[in-house]
Amino acid sequence: MPENTSNPSPKLPPILRFDNLTLGYDRHPAVHHLHGEIAAGSLLAIVGPNGAGKSTLLKGIAGELRPLQGRIHLQGVQRQQIAYLTQLTTLDSSFPMVVHDFVAMGLWREIGAFGGLDRARRQRIAAAIDLVGLNGLERRPIGALSGGQLQRAHFARVLLQDAPLLLLDEPYGAIDAASVRDLAALVRHWHGEGRTVIAVLHDLEHVRQEYPETLLLAREIVARGATATVLSDANLLRARRLAEGRSDDAHAPICHADQDAG
Amino acid sequence: MSETLASIPLLSPFIEFSFMRRALAGCLALSLGATPVGVFLMLRRMSLAGDAMSHAILPGAAIGYLIAGLSLPAMTIGGLIAGLAVAVLSGGVARNSVIKEDTSLATFYLISLSAGVLIISLRGSSVDLLHVLFGSVLALDDAALLLLAGFASLSVLVLALGLRLFVLEGCDPAFLARISRLGPVAHYGFMVLLVLNLVAGFHALGTLMAVGIMILPAAAARLWVCNVGPLLLIAVCVALLGSVIGLLLSYYADLPAGPAIVLTLGGLYLLSLLVAPLGPLASRWRSGWHFER
Repeated sequence: MPENTSNPSPKLPPILRFDNLTLGYDRHPAVHHLHGEIAAGSLLAIVGPNGAGKSTLLKGIAGELRPLQGRIHLQGVQRQQIAYLTQLTTLDSSFPMVVHDFVAMGLWREIGAFGGLDRARRQRIAAAIDLVGLNGLERRPIGALSGGQLQRAHFARVLLQDAPLLLLDEPYGAIDAASVRDLAALVRHWHGEGRTVIAVLHDLEHVRQEYPETLLLAREIVARGATATVLSDANLLRARRLAEGRSDDAHAPICHADQDAG
Repeated sequence: MSETLASIPLLSPFIEFSFMRRALAGCLALSLGATPVGVFLMLRRMSLAGDAMSHAILPGAAIGYLIAGLSLPAMTIGGLIAGLAVAVLSGGVARNSVIKEDTSLATFYLISLSAGVLIISLRGSSVDLLHVLFGSVLALDDAALLLLAGFASLSVLVLALGLRLFVLEGCDPAFLARISRLGPVAHYGFMVLLVLNLVAGFHALGTLMAVGIMILPAAAARLWVCNVGPLLLIAVCVALLGSVIGLLLSYYADLPAGPAIVLTLGGLYLLSLLVAPLGPLASRWRSGWHFER
């Protein structure tokens, strides 16, 4: 079991708890034997090298990947209340749909397949579009948006989902600095509202500025806690080695556990 | 009154001959039922899948024919069963194996098609085969018309009720899966609609042409608008226009009706390519134009 999972005793009850969690594809674990809790209202960055299992972990939390072993306990939140913004959007942007309708899909949990858009809901859609800086583009087809604008539209949709738990997988992948600044402000806003935000990020400078808490992942938890402590050179080096499979403690008991189980 | 109307060349064939009125009614049903389904086929990038499915219904219709001859109910039920079986099997294989959706559909439709041709050739004349392949829009009897109208009504109703679901399933299926459990309902519901309309289209236009009244109006309409609601409306209008012109062409030029209708729809599509705002030419001419309102 990884040692440095020390979590500075959360003031709020946990919204998520990992219990010996192993996630992977086709019986190949991508992250294994995670333990720990995430407190409700956290603003948590997940960082780590490529192949560290960051996206896999989000996928697991979102319930789109069944654990190979162990469990993820959600507390006080249901799977379908989670807003999950994936790295590779599955949106077909050539679909003939305008920004307003795209953003309005965020209201699905309220209106479902048949409910109507009353005045109050229309105002909320307009406000969401306004908040992400897309006002004036309501009637523009989503296929005619730039990458940054499309990501803003995705954020507006997440905004309307009104989710207590938000999972953002590399949300600033291919967008410019101004968009990152605006969307980061929105993330802070969500955090301020008491929502739990878990974001997979690569830009360590951004993480240091914006995220109080960080989870450093390299197929297992390398370090977890206050961002400044976690993102030390030693930890980052260790994470890189672990991800490349060259760690000194690569023969940790976990792998034997897997073999026994298999 | 009807005599004055009958003197108008565009109306007289429909007023004088009941088979023309029946053909028109059949095409009306197909335009209202099948064309919106075609729009969603196009939006889901399944235009060719529609074609494949239309072949997949053949063995079912053939077995119905083998049992009961050219009987409407037997061929309809057979076609529905075969189409749904292929839809469910190919969807199931695609979701649960490394085989991708297009390959999965292709494999099952090829098996289905060859089985269908084999069965028809066991007992049947080339006339029967022509009927199955090209339909008989000018020989729709009451039962066939009722069937077309019934399927179209059902189709319009289901699409209207599930419109939001079908749109979301088409543009962002993973998002739908995340926020709702209705994803599989939307997928298989749509396949049922597709099969229903293909079987209806198969009676009027034959297996080879049935997809024509689905995809061609959809593609033409897509060149005019970029929002789903208007797209559906325009596609239905194109289908209706194409049907009327096609029937008149077949009447006056003595052409087979099914191909005349589908060719007319093809002509409307080509015309849209030339003049519609989202066509390749218009976007070049109006270089400053980029969806601004």
